[in-house]
Amino acid sequence: MNFKQTAIFAAAAALVAGTASSASAVTEIQWWHAQAGALGERVNAIADNFNRSQEIYKVVPVFKGSYSETMTAGIAAFRAGKAPHILMVFEVGTGTMMAAKGAVIPVYKLMADTGVPFDPKAYLPAVTGYYSTPDGKMLSMPFASSTPVLWYNKDAFVKAGLDPNKPPKTWPEVAEYAKKLVAAGSNCGFSTAWFTWTQLENFSAWHNVPFGTKANGLGGFDTEYVFNGPLQVKHIQQLADWQKDKTFVYGGRDNLGNPKFISGECPIYVESSAGYGSFKAGAKFAFGASTLPYWPDVQGAPQNTIIGGNSLWVMSGHSKVENKGVAEFFRFLSLPLIQAYWHAYTGYVPITTGAYEEMKNVKFYNDYPGRDIPIMELSGKPTTENSMGLRFGYFAQARDFIYEEIENIFAGKKTAKQGLDDAVTRGNALLRKFEKEQK
Amino acid sequence: MEKRVVFQSRILPYLLLAPQIVVTLVFFIWPASQAVFQSVLQEDAFGLSTTFVGLENFEVLFTDSHYLSSFYVTVFFSTSVAVVAIACGLFLAVQADRVIHGATAYKTLLIWPYAVAPAVAGVLFLFLFNPNLGLFVFALRSLGYNWNHALNGEQAMSLVIVAAAWRQISYNFLFFLAGLQSIPKSLIEAAAIDGAQPVRRFWTIIFPMLTPTTFFLLIMNMVYAFFDTFAIIHQVTMGGPGGATNIMVYKVYRDGFVGLDLGGSAAQSVVLMIIVIGFTVIQFRYVERKVHY
Repeated sequence: MNFKQTAIFAAAAALVAGTASSASAVTEIQWWHAQAGALGERVNAIADNFNRSQEIYKVVPVFKGSYSETMTAGIAAFRAGKAPHILMVFEVGTGTMMAAKGAVIPVYKLMADTGVPFDPKAYLPAVTGYYSTPDGKMLSMPFASSTPVLWYNKDAFVKAGLDPNKPPKTWPEVAEYAKKLVAAGSNCGFSTAWFTWTQLENFSAWHNVPFGTKANGLGGFDTEYVFNGPLQVKHIQQLADWQKDKTFVYGGRDNLGNPKFISGECPIYVESSAGYGSFKAGAKFAFGASTLPYWPDVQGAPQNTIIGGNSLWVMSGHSKVENKGVAEFFRFLSLPLIQAYWHAYTGYVPITTGAYEEMKNVKFYNDYPGRDIPIMELSGKPTTENSMGLRFGYFAQARDFIYEEIENIFAGKKTAKQGLDDAVTRGNALLRKFEKEQK
Repeated sequence: MEKRVVFQSRILPYLLLAPQIVVTLVFFIWPASQAVFQSVLQEDAFGLSTTFVGLENFEVLFTDSHYLSSFYVTVFFSTSVAVVAIACGLFLAVQADRVIHGATAYKTLLIWPYAVAPAVAGVLFLFLFNPNLGLFVFALRSLGYNWNHALNGEQAMSLVIVAAAWRQISYNFLFFLAGLQSIPKSLIEAAAIDGAQPVRRFWTIIFPMLTPTTFFLLIMNMVYAFFDTFAIIHQVTMGGPGGATNIMVYKVYRDGFVGLDLGGSAAQSVVLMIIVIGFTVIQFRYVERKVHY
């Protein structure tokens, strides 16, 4: 990190080094989150800086376990009348949270009610779109947002006679590279983490085809899954076929396959941009990042990717002063300096265009090439109905179903068409159940 | 001679029982009744809209082919765990019973795995058999056998069976050893004098005398495999691949805590509750009376 970049963080610290005299009545804001380890420390640092920047409110971050555990804890607390002020929810929980009218206060409303300055246009649309109504009203505050990118092992590329500075851009190229890598002695061409998120959800957005009807569920509860379209079927079947000569290897659920990349077994690997930290720490080879591959015969591809990660929901049932504190904290969180700090240290993308500009100004991306790939993927084109985000009830369960069917496909028990059809049928049953509950 | 205690006060016995009753009510009856209540409701996660749906949750459950397959998976898994754990426990107990030198050391070592928590057992086996970095996987691959339980359902199932049974072997070992030691030595010696070989002595004398213990252990092992193996499944396979190891307890957790489907998950726990009640009845009616331990 060069001097200018260091200066940014010094400035961030200076900005918040207000008078630290202990105020008499501090309003406490409970912030339940799910960021463990190093990320948790960043969360604490941000809260700490906010607390030192003023003396009316005190944000108290509380680590509540995994995403599911945090969400369940928040819901249980709400049912017991003891909800925290701010609850961190992973992106798949968005549908459930949004439907919980009365339990949450939408961010745009919170800002308007409390009179805290708020400009929705300052945020990156591809990030906030996921957490907004179709007409652009922000429901929750994006916090950690990432998007899938293609990681590759430069050393393995060199060994196989491939140009380490020319990563594959399209799926046919990925296959071509992978076959060469296998021919050069690799046990695996490419693999992928977060299969449903990278190879179906983002795959659909990236090729501008729908994953569900009604703008992927953003337009209403009467949505249906349609990720069994011809393009998705073709892609999954292709992956299944590529398994035969180890061009493609299924790495397991979620990011269980990460050791495949870190150990050097799979030289090409699709994983979240937030995978950077663990690769940096574990990989004993030079690696690079590139954009998510696409099928060149699909018109308009690549479109833009969608995010994953989490956002902050404001829980209802608190006093005006406390709500005002939450709003002030969100304003603080959106400051370019805070966003730049978060972006630089975690591999998550900034949520405001201001922060992105700031990073470009200090030439951050010259020193850390590839760290702006996620932003370019997200913001390369104006979002469409198919690429704004996803909003489905019981989506976490639907992803489980998709995993099950995908595993049936890759184990050769079903064709891609059968498997995806079955996943859609099972998912739609959940959507109908969810719709029924909302009445 | 039987001694009878007669309480002077009519209230005292109830007072003495009260703590146990309170614990039972608060920690067993109350949550159980909540589950039963929840199972006839359809409710969103936040409890903002609640509808009484009668037995619809159960209807959905029993018409769902994936739930039924989870049921079969559970039965297969539990039976296999019980059989493997009992067979190994019995074998080790018989061998340890015959050892003369250093018997205590063997016995202590054999009991160790029982002290390992299921979650830790899961992690242990996961490291040995992880398709990406497992020790055994590399060994198997070098022998030309492709181990990948992330995709192969049979391999995944055998892995969780072994992981779950491994821990339970110690428990069975303890009971069998105690059972063996309660068999009168004179019986075995008499058989030996009559010229019966060890194998014959085992099947005609020792094993029949151990049947009550075996039956008791069968029930205990089934209960263990049904309800205590959650952590192993969670660590090793997460119910996959394709639902091949999605046992009922794990499905309750996935649907309820991850999927936030409260009604469906509650209905599943009621089914599980009925199964436990069944096991308990069998144990009380047939086992308790016959087992000597």
